[in-house]
Amino acid sequence: MTNNNEIINVQNVLKIYKGDTDVYALNDVSLIIEENEFFTLLGPSGCGKTTLLRLIAGFEHPTSGNILLNGDDISLLPPNKRPVNTVFQSYALFPHMTVAGNIAFGLEMLGWTKQEVSKTVEEMLELVKMEELKNRRPSEISGGQQQRVALARALAPKPKVLLLDEPLSALDLKLRKQMQIELKRLQSETGITFVFVTHDQEEALTMSDRIAVMSEGQVLQYGNPREIYHHPENKFVANFIGDSNFLSATVESENAILSDGTKLKLPKSKRSESFGQKSILIRPEHVIMKSISPEKSTFKGKIYNIVYFGTDTHFHLELPTGEDFTIRKQNTPNEGNEFEIGSVVELVIDEDAIQILND
Amino acid sequence: MAKISLFNRPFEIKRIPSFQSIALFTFVGLYGPIIILITYSFNSSASLGVFESFSFQWYVTAWENEKVQEAAFRSLYLAATAATIATIAATMAALATTRTRKFRGMTLIFIIINQPLMIPEIVTAVALLVFFAMIKIATGYTGMMYLIIAHTAFCIPFAYLPIRARLESMDLTLETAGADLYATPWKTFQRITLPMIWPGIIAGYMLAFVISLDDVVISEFVKSAGQETLPTYMLGQLRRFITPETNAIATANIAVSVILVSGFFLLTQRKK
Amino acid sequence: MIENENIKSQDSAEKAAKVEQEAQRKDVRNRWLLSLPALSIIFLAAAGPLGIVIIYSFLTPGDYTGVIWTFSTETWISVVLERDFFDETLGWADAHLSIFWRSIRLSLITTILTAIFGIPTAYFIATRSPRSRNIWLFLITIPFWSNLLVRTYAIQELIRNKGVINNFLQWIGLTNEPIEMMFTDFAVGFGMTYVYLPLMVLPVYASIEKLDFRLVEGAYDLYASRWLCLRRIIVPLVRPGLIAGSILVFIPCLGAYVTPQILGGGNQLMFGNLIALQFGQGKNWPLGAALSITLMVIVMIALVYFVKVSSGENKENG
Repeated sequence: MTNNNEIINVQNVLKIYKGDTDVYALNDVSLIIEENEFFTLLGPSGCGKTTLLRLIAGFEHPTSGNILLNGDDISLLPPNKRPVNTVFQSYALFPHMTVAGNIAFGLEMLGWTKQEVSKTVEEMLELVKMEELKNRRPSEISGGQQQRVALARALAPKPKVLLLDEPLSALDLKLRKQMQIELKRLQSETGITFVFVTHDQEEALTMSDRIAVMSEGQVLQYGNPREIYHHPENKFVANFIGDSNFLSATVESENAILSDGTKLKLPKSKRSESFGQKSILIRPEHVIMKSISPEKSTFKGKIYNIVYFGTDTHFHLELPTGEDFTIRKQNTPNEGNEFEIGSVVELVIDEDAIQILND
Repeated sequence: MAKISLFNRPFEIKRIPSFQSIALFTFVGLYGPIIILITYSFNSSASLGVFESFSFQWYVTAWENEKVQEAAFRSLYLAATAATIATIAATMAALATTRTRKFRGMTLIFIIINQPLMIPEIVTAVALLVFFAMIKIATGYTGMMYLIIAHTAFCIPFAYLPIRARLESMDLTLETAGADLYATPWKTFQRITLPMIWPGIIAGYMLAFVISLDDVVISEFVKSAGQETLPTYMLGQLRRFITPETNAIATANIAVSVILVSGFFLLTQRKK
Repeated sequence: MIENENIKSQDSAEKAAKVEQEAQRKDVRNRWLLSLPALSIIFLAAAGPLGIVIIYSFLTPGDYTGVIWTFSTETWISVVLERDFFDETLGWADAHLSIFWRSIRLSLITTILTAIFGIPTAYFIATRSPRSRNIWLFLITIPFWSNLLVRTYAIQELIRNKGVINNFLQWIGLTNEPIEMMFTDFAVGFGMTYVYLPLMVLPVYASIEKLDFRLVEGAYDLYASRWLCLRRIIVPLVRPGLIAGSILVFIPCLGAYVTPQILGGGNQLMFGNLIALQFGQGKNWPLGAALSITLMVIVMIALVYFVKVSSGENKENG
């Protein structure tokens, strides 16, 4: 039953915190993470992503369910017996040791020889480009540098899986973007499975091989970024990743009919999937606006607000159904005032842009 | 610009009339007697009226006094021993009572450990006198153990508090990180926790040392004949007659206290 | 098949819960073990002996020292009552009662005096710049860390007949004879005020430091005078510190031994001296024991009272 590539298998994990009310931090979560992949747990605060990470690391036990590493059940193993290392959100560098000392710590605990330890420490310093600072204390280096030391320290013992708990949240934007590229490079160079936790959907989309979107203790959907973005299965996932337009519609065999009767043609793959009252999703960048031709009465809307963003312009429209609709249009060098506030325009949608949601 | 004199100072929100004067007077009053004491310890004449000339003679006399020597060494030995045992016990107790949910009996442990702080010294002194008297009759032992145990007991809460404070302010994630990096609980303590609370342990030790050095009442009641500590020796002197030697001993005691307490302050101010 | 799975997940839930519980139990047990050295030392040298004292208070005095193991409640009675030598009637033990009264009186006076001088001092320190504040704090605690004897001795040097004050007054010709200050209630009160002053300053300082002076500004803005401001805003907010300081002064004063002995001599006995006397010249160990218990009980009552008052404060202020 186990896939050859599978490295972590989370099986029906529950984590309940008992109290005045029982808190279901994880509510029947199941996941498979594959070797050598960059896997991201994505979701808002409180969704359970950090809890799941801690369960994999061993800092807490699941209330029920299993966690398998390479087929072995590690659910009840203490953290110092798991070949899994963590990069903490606060870095948790040991303040009384130097950079080199921090990196060497795990190796010393594992009983490596002095030569092995210093050799690996040197390798790690090179890997994260911190050779010059190896004798500094954590208090003497910058936040970005601390983060790299935390990485090196966790990678040094060559774990099977590296867990990263929102490691980039404390960095400023530019540094963040740099580190995102760095992390991606490190993952492919070392071949170690990375499990990355973040609430930033852009970060998840750019860095991950696969993403699991979580909310309120459950995994709502998981797959590669493209799947998640273009084929979200429910409103939450659709809303959490990227911008969305949700329209209420009745789904028939070939069309989705809006509440004002407008018919939208469904993509071939989605026809005869499910019928009835549904929400449909259309991404703002998948719609083109045209001046309205008086005869055709297809999909139209009235612009009530225009926001300029430099790279593109957002048009906010009101549909005849009363729903809001946003269109994103990339700006070209020669802009005319083609559409103004108050104009009624025709909306042209590629049928593949329509996504039917399950809730 | 109106001239600002004593009487039309601008309205200072924090100023309460006469408080500043009283405060300064208090500081002067607090240090006055001590400074007089120190000054006269260097007085070459024995009287307290006239300051003749600067002289170390009383220090020399005190130092050469065999009884003073014996008492001083005994005090230091006692303080060092009691502080060491107390600090070790206090460290263990602090580790046990911090960074945890309230477990059954935790408040009780806390109360017992801090008990010496809550009971008047004379009561404890009397209790120990009575208890040790029983043991003396039973075993005939009249050595230093009574003093050592007594001092260790009241030193424990003083060592406990700074260590506990240091532990509470320590980042728990560091120990989690240690476990993540394959350290056993013992190794985590040895390589991570201990180095980080070390300043607290030293501070606790110094506090315990000073407290033991300064103790009068309990030492007076617990000691066997001839087992003078420096404070009990002084007490004996003060009851009978005053010699200028006493000034010298007192000043030396002040100096030692100041040095130790300054060290303590420095250690606890540096929150690193 | 489904049934098996349900059983399996139930099993794993139970197993995980058991492991959790076992780990917790082990943790608590370890914590108790760690505390054992400290607990046993203190029990041996503080808590345990107290039990013996209680027992002793019910025994009969021995001839020289120690006790005869005969049960008797005479001692407890003699704490407040005494038998008239001639006609065996019970009357008030004046000697004891006057000592109790003196102890309470002097302790109260000392507490008030330390408050009078301590509150402005605490206020002064709290209103210095943050950097110099630590230095001032340091200065006020240093005298406290020198030996109690040294401080008492310093006062003695000041007020005794051949002491600094008398010498000075005679030197400038204001007096011819030394003023008798030693061995009076005044001496003891003065000494205790001097010795325990820092203990009042520190808690009051802690309270004032937390004071948000914007509240004071608000009061002035609403037309309060300085005095009203002090009375209605500052003092109530500072009360917790005042109460703590009062406990820290009053209770040690009650049980003071060294200071009354040196400055009061054999005349001005306080509670502590009375107790000590029973183990020296008085040769009445059971009485000493009973008196100790009495002192302890009074201290406990005072503590409970103070704690009630201060937590009542907390409830009031919300």
